[in-house]
Amino acid sequence: MRTRILGAALALALLLAGCSSGGTRDDGRIVLRFQSLAWQQESVEANRELVAEWNATHPDVRVEYVQGSWDSVHDQLLTAFEGGEAPDIIHDASDDLADFAYGGHLADLTGLLPERLTSGIPRRSWETTTFGDGVYGVPFLQEPRVLIANTALLEESGVRVPTPEHPWSWDEFRQATERLSGDGRYGVAWPLKEPVSATLNLSLSTGGRLFHRGADGKVTVRFEEGDEVVPRTVHAQVNTDRSASPTTLGSGGSDTLPGFFAGKYAMVPLGFSYRQQIVQQAPEGFAWRVLPAPAGAGGLAQGVSPQTLSIAEDCPHKEEAAAFLDFLLRPENMVRLALGDWMLPTGTEALADPALHTAEHGWATGTALAAHLRPAPAQTVRGYPEWKDKVATPALQEYYSGAIGLGELRERLEEDGNLVLARYQR
Amino acid sequence: MRTGRGARAGQYAALLAYLVFLAFPFLWLVSTAFKSPRELGSLHPAWIPDDPTLANFRQAFDEQPLLHAALNSLLAALSAALIAVVVATPTAYVMARRRSALARAATGWVVVSQAFPFVLLIIPLFLVLKNLRLIDSVPGLVMVYVVWALPFALWMLTGYVRAVPAELEEAAAVDGAGRLRTLVSVTAPLLAPGIVATALFAFVTAWNEFFFALVLLKTPEKQTLPVVLTHFIGAEGVADLGPLAAAAFLATLPSLVVFAIIQRRITGGMLAGAVKS
Repeated sequence: MRTRILGAALALALLLAGCSSGGTRDDGRIVLRFQSLAWQQESVEANRELVAEWNATHPDVRVEYVQGSWDSVHDQLLTAFEGGEAPDIIHDASDDLADFAYGGHLADLTGLLPERLTSGIPRRSWETTTFGDGVYGVPFLQEPRVLIANTALLEESGVRVPTPEHPWSWDEFRQATERLSGDGRYGVAWPLKEPVSATLNLSLSTGGRLFHRGADGKVTVRFEEGDEVVPRTVHAQVNTDRSASPTTLGSGGSDTLPGFFAGKYAMVPLGFSYRQQIVQQAPEGFAWRVLPAPAGAGGLAQGVSPQTLSIAEDCPHKEEAAAFLDFLLRPENMVRLALGDWMLPTGTEALADPALHTAEHGWATGTALAAHLRPAPAQTVRGYPEWKDKVATPALQEYYSGAIGLGELRERLEEDGNLVLARYQR
Repeated sequence: MRTGRGARAGQYAALLAYLVFLAFPFLWLVSTAFKSPRELGSLHPAWIPDDPTLANFRQAFDEQPLLHAALNSLLAALSAALIAVVVATPTAYVMARRRSALARAATGWVVVSQAFPFVLLIIPLFLVLKNLRLIDSVPGLVMVYVVWALPFALWMLTGYVRAVPAELEEAAAVDGAGRLRTLVSVTAPLLAPGIVATALFAFVTAWNEFFFALVLLKTPEKQTLPVVLTHFIGAEGVADLGPLAAAAFLATLPSLVVFAIIQRRITGGMLAGAVKS
């Protein structure tokens, strides 16, 4: 018996020794770890191909592709930064960068990036990754929220079909959803599991700002006329017109698709990249089209938080990492990444690529909206995540479901919200 | 007292309902794994796929190194289970048999240690492992799993040891058996079901564990199955449902197989112990 236990212990020790980390990978060449969050098949392939192309042409700087996950990226990066073990090149989204940028974990890219890259991306996109005086990421992919519509139902109803040149106003949109409703069908299904970012981003089209920065630099919440239009429209569709499904208010975007395919909902407001799922899952012969989100006093403007590429402050080879970013984000490569993710590139030259202007799958409609995309209003506000989780999400959910009125919504967003923000701005 | 036929039928119906309740998520997972994307987008999903396909499995294997990740998971989980049991068994024996203040304090600490959420521990743990150069290594992960499983394993095993009557050991001593002989020939066989159950608990905990593996392992070749599974999930929780279900189904198989093989032995062993006491 004793021999057997000793044998097992020895085997285990050997087993563990055999799988230890394996020492240094650095054989004189520079090795950079690139953590990508690409997850869709085409997107992963595009990223891997680009890394392979870089490695084939840059023998002295090897890039290792590491796959991360959107689901857990914040916690994983936080721990890696604290432990000094972060990847060199980091894929994330601009609304996740503030803490890392202010915490000194990300390198300021000012002066590191070539002129071609900095001038090739519009200023409004750079604003999404600018925190204080530094730029902490390259915004490279973004997606507007669009209306995906059932073509047959749209044509049958006789409503005017909106285009980026002649979009619906929010009132027209409300009327259209009423006309599209009936026979157990809803004109629209709002997937508002995460109601805050959808509401805030779409409210830019009606001149909503919600967050107001004072002369002292402090931010306060004010729920004004421009902020009311989108919530009021959704509330009326659900509770007054019955033209929006009340059951999808707590759903994610994917959850609305089966009902959309079955003709239960005529339209669903979704991120532009959901088209990939629609192409995969739509029943044969199902015709759909992409419509721009409604416009208001602010035109077609909406807030976005682009996907970003950053360099870790601890990376010892920042120039090489910046050179890799420059390669990865060349216009032709940005187009490949955009097509793989079914999103829009931020680069103006990439955006002009004919592949992104085809009518098929609504690419042209999305591309036409690119000029109207603005930084999401909340992303530089410190304390926003807590305000969102503790105040705004429950308040908006209750308002949309009809449990509270506009007055109470305003009161909670402003009074409770400002108490939360104040704690972060002392 | 005899149970009437109606009552017996009711008991079986309740049992069946409970089984269906327990099995529902797994059966749905299996059903999803064999459905095409079109069927997954259907408003009225069926239990049995209309047109069963293996495409999700093919895509899952094409996109992610599932086999390699499964081997990593197996290695980590087996090692953790083995070490946890080797450490916990003698400790639990002492804690159960010795009524000292130290044993009582240790039992209290075991219970208290369960109260710490792992998000509290992860950064200090990360720094400790970094100093030991055990970040990004399976042995480092195994160490964490052992530490994580140990309190509960100790608590479980202490209960099992207490259930073995001390009189049996005394009887063996009267018959002339030494301490070691008593432990090996009398106590250990009676404890076997408890040890197996504890090992199983440690194995399943480590096999399913996600967060530590995510944070501690960086090299793709070392990632475990739960971490690789998240690669099928995109921003805002959008998932590539078919391949995710296929991969998750495969990931549950080892636990099921292990349970199926040793379940009878656990129950048998427990009953044997009960009769002897």
